[in-house]
Amino acid sequence: MRYLPLNDADRAGMLGTIGAASVDDLFVDVPAEARLAGPVPGLPMHASEMAVERHMARLSAESLTAGQVPFFLGAGAYRHHVPASVDHLIQRGEFLTAYTPYQPEIAQGTLQVLFEFQTQVARLLGTDVANASLYDGSTACWEAVAMAGRITKRKTAVLSGGLHPHYVETAKTMAKFTGDTLVTRLPELSAEADDDAVIAALGAETSCVVVQYPDVLGRIPDLAKIAAAAQAVGALLIAVVTEPVALGLLESPGALGADIVVGEGQALGVGLQFGGPYLGLFGCREKYLRQIPGRLCGETVDADGRRGFVLTLSTREQHIRREKATSNICTNSGLCALAFSIHLTLLGGKGLEQMARASHARAVATAKRLAQVPGVSVVNRAYFNEFVVTLPRDARTVVRELADRQVLGGVSLGRLYPGADGLGGGLLVAATECTTAEDIETFAAALEEVLA
Amino acid sequence: MPRYFTKDHEWIEVEGDTATVGITDYAQSQLGDITFVELPDAGASVGKGDSASVVDSVKAASDVYAPVSGTVTEGNGALEEEPELVNSDAEGAGWLWRMTLSDSGELADLMDENAYKAFVAEL
Amino acid sequence: MNEINRSGWRPAMGEAGAAADGIVTTTGNRGLQLEEGLIFEIGNLDHCGVDFDDDDGGESLEGLPFRRSAPVDLPGLSEPEAVRHYTRLSRQNYAIDLGLFPLGSCTMKHNPRLDEKVARMPGFADVHPLQPQQTVQGALKVMEELAQWLITLTGMAGVAMTPKAGAHGELCGLLCIRAALEARGDAREVILVPESAHGTNPATAAFAGYRVENIPATADGRVDVAALTARLGPDVAGVMITNPNTCGLFERDLKTIADAVHAAGGFVYCDGANFNAIVGRVRPGDLGVDAMHINLHKTFSTPHGGGGPGSGPVVLSEALAPFAPLPFTTRLADGSVRLIEEENAGEDHPQAFGRMCAFHGQMGMYSRALAYILSHGADGLRQVSGDAVLNANYVLRSLEDVLDAPFGAAGPCMHEALFSDDGFADGFSTLDLAKGLIDEGYHPMTVYFPLVVHGAMLVEPTETESKGGLDQFIGAMRSLAERAKAGDPMLKSAPHLAPRRRLDETLAARKPKLVWPKQA
Repeated sequence: MRYLPLNDADRAGMLGTIGAASVDDLFVDVPAEARLAGPVPGLPMHASEMAVERHMARLSAESLTAGQVPFFLGAGAYRHHVPASVDHLIQRGEFLTAYTPYQPEIAQGTLQVLFEFQTQVARLLGTDVANASLYDGSTACWEAVAMAGRITKRKTAVLSGGLHPHYVETAKTMAKFTGDTLVTRLPELSAEADDDAVIAALGAETSCVVVQYPDVLGRIPDLAKIAAAAQAVGALLIAVVTEPVALGLLESPGALGADIVVGEGQALGVGLQFGGPYLGLFGCREKYLRQIPGRLCGETVDADGRRGFVLTLSTREQHIRREKATSNICTNSGLCALAFSIHLTLLGGKGLEQMARASHARAVATAKRLAQVPGVSVVNRAYFNEFVVTLPRDARTVVRELADRQVLGGVSLGRLYPGADGLGGGLLVAATECTTAEDIETFAAALEEVLA
Repeated sequence: MPRYFTKDHEWIEVEGDTATVGITDYAQSQLGDITFVELPDAGASVGKGDSASVVDSVKAASDVYAPVSGTVTEGNGALEEEPELVNSDAEGAGWLWRMTLSDSGELADLMDENAYKAFVAEL
Repeated sequence: MNEINRSGWRPAMGEAGAAADGIVTTTGNRGLQLEEGLIFEIGNLDHCGVDFDDDDGGESLEGLPFRRSAPVDLPGLSEPEAVRHYTRLSRQNYAIDLGLFPLGSCTMKHNPRLDEKVARMPGFADVHPLQPQQTVQGALKVMEELAQWLITLTGMAGVAMTPKAGAHGELCGLLCIRAALEARGDAREVILVPESAHGTNPATAAFAGYRVENIPATADGRVDVAALTARLGPDVAGVMITNPNTCGLFERDLKTIADAVHAAGGFVYCDGANFNAIVGRVRPGDLGVDAMHINLHKTFSTPHGGGGPGSGPVVLSEALAPFAPLPFTTRLADGSVRLIEEENAGEDHPQAFGRMCAFHGQMGMYSRALAYILSHGADGLRQVSGDAVLNANYVLRSLEDVLDAPFGAAGPCMHEALFSDDGFADGFSTLDLAKGLIDEGYHPMTVYFPLVVHGAMLVEPTETESKGGLDQFIGAMRSLAERAKAGDPMLKSAPHLAPRRRLDETLAARKPKLVWPKQA
């Protein structure tokens, strides 16, 4: 076995030191009836690197990949171009095969990256502070709701209809067990986000209002207006950003009055990966520092007075507080945070703006072209790089028929909101700097054919 | 003014029907460098033995229990900026909160200074 | 110290810094040990390491509301600067690729590079989670194949794949238990947790709305079965037990415990963090376990990545499997794989309790773990646990004459060897020995855990260490143990040779500085 350095002579010598006759003798504490005499039945034996690679390559070939065909999916996961240096650097063994930096003297590489990451995230989201990342956007969103409950000591959260349905479902799962009440609503196929409905739902019991920016249908809510309304009833505004590239052009949620801003960082550095691993972004006002879930890295000095970084404020965490922890989250999403941070360092503020402009421009071009397809109309008044069109029939079947024509043409609202009245004809379409004029033309032509 | 002690290493100094509460010098020496103190809100009512405050060191967070029942009147705001006061002067400037007592009879269950000294000597 | 020094990348080393060898450099670098500033110090807003196609941005931005007035204040770097920045930073890290990483209960084993190559295959890495199912069969088949391996290796009935890490898996398992109890109209409030448990167990149980009660350990480092069974009753939803436990010992009585818990109407959650010790030899299903998370980043060697991402699928017994959260995979008669999610769960899966996260879990970890498992096969995995336990016992028996091993006399350990600081000179503790290991070129073992042993040192060598490598480590440990017992003052101030010396954690916690300040 190529990954196991011991040979039989080593094993025999080591058993001699231990004073055991065989490796099996080391398992005496396992009840005899539970100890298997040989390999687990019903499974294949070891395989060569070649054989495994061949098997996996065959499976891989069964997928139609984003890079092969015109591609217009979004809904919380975006295909942006990731510079080659990002993937090279995250495969440095010193990053890839390191553990959580509990021994800061020999983990300054990871720690400095986390400090830089926290600063980048805080500046991007417009918050005072940020953590070292959480699992993904959906879990970060729930953690923000839970944190707002701790701060306001209220148990009712108002969720905008524009919040990604998977985020809503994740929050519902958790709320069922924590006793929080979630006020939710389905989105409507309207040109504007549901700001007024959200504001109308606020009350004296509201802990927080959760608003996605841009929302799941690509519309851009008026965060400042909602922030003012939330503040008036003593509730917090949680803004959720699933497409961080949008913040290259849009004002940051923190600057517009959000108290907590969470997001999905996948769009920068990480790639699609069929949904994971991704990384949750989490920032907030400094006054809520001690309520933040997850890992935090802070600056300090070493015994010689040299600058260094450590994980800090760990008394919030489960390994110390046990049943009183702020969250049960143990790991962050370290390597994804590294990829995000490297990509953002390569871009800088100006590069991010360029990337955002390009994405927006391609989306505008896509919308204009699709609007020319008979029976198709664009719903949104404004959007960043994602918008909804209505089709004359169920968008789910249209998407499948487009795939048969080698076009990945967006996400049907029927898939996101199964059974919801009035949404079945909706198709969510996203574009990025990767989208070419040819892609747009091929998509439009295929859609015309499918709808004909 | 009489001062009483608990087995959880809190002290309470009583003046009429109000009192000041903190952790003992022995407790701070066991906890090490205090980095943060979570104070109770004024107006909070606490029962004897309830966790009313949390004292953080780098590696631990310790609950501080109310020695008697009553209502918190103020937390020691100085600790927000200088939690190290709990290390340097645990039984003076490092006090945690002030409270009114709802049942001064509960004091009878606590130790006086000599009894507490003997208790610590046994640890 | 002045501002230039403070920036880190041009520090004068200072008297103490130079003390080790008396050599002071003007750059602060010491040969291949290179200092590196922050991107906020070395980058600026005008630098960019990415070029865009020239025809971008022709469309009007007039329709876009809430525009920002200036770019985000983020420094950029050109590609060569960025590559150098991160490469230099990487060299300040210890990693498995550099040497033994004996962090008990974390299973820091070699990460095969085949797994990295496989994870980057476009059919897994370059597919969107919401593509039509017919277009993502490659990815779905990886999920399904891995799911079947995990079910068979553990002897269970089902698996929830989506939890994103061990603690997330614990929560998933407890939510399955709660859903199963609610389905039979049985509201129970208490979860029993042994006092030796990993801190995530009580944190998770509390988060899931349960009251946590601790169960004591016996003198030989195992759960007190009598105390546990005495506490069972109609209010106990279940127990959370780590097996092998956090003392590195197998809980011999798990089957007895499980039978008692089941008889009292509860469920058994097993923390699978230490599954590496028994994989391929023992099926937790045979021991009566109802739910167990598997850290793919431990037992199945997906890289730890400096603290994540992980992956924590939860295998489930017959009784709990119907409650597994969405989404999950199922293989159809024609060999294709179907993802069951909200859209199609329908009547077949009415009890699925909802979602743990967006999309379908950690695909990038599934492909790595499957490549690892296929490489080893059933025989190789059996060898994995055998060698892991052999290596740990070798360390235990090679050190127990110089270090206190609290449970050494009780018999063999599993995949990790537990020591204590008993016998160290006054004022010397586990931390000092751990920091001494850094100067010897090793990452320290897990320290001060489990809490039930004073000054605990938990050493997990894993199966991917050679005998020669272990002998060198044992030599270093023996020498450090002697120095700790003798009270060597140089040990008290270790490490001396790492990129940084001991860091002031009190300062970091009292005056938190979590972000680089904006320049005025």
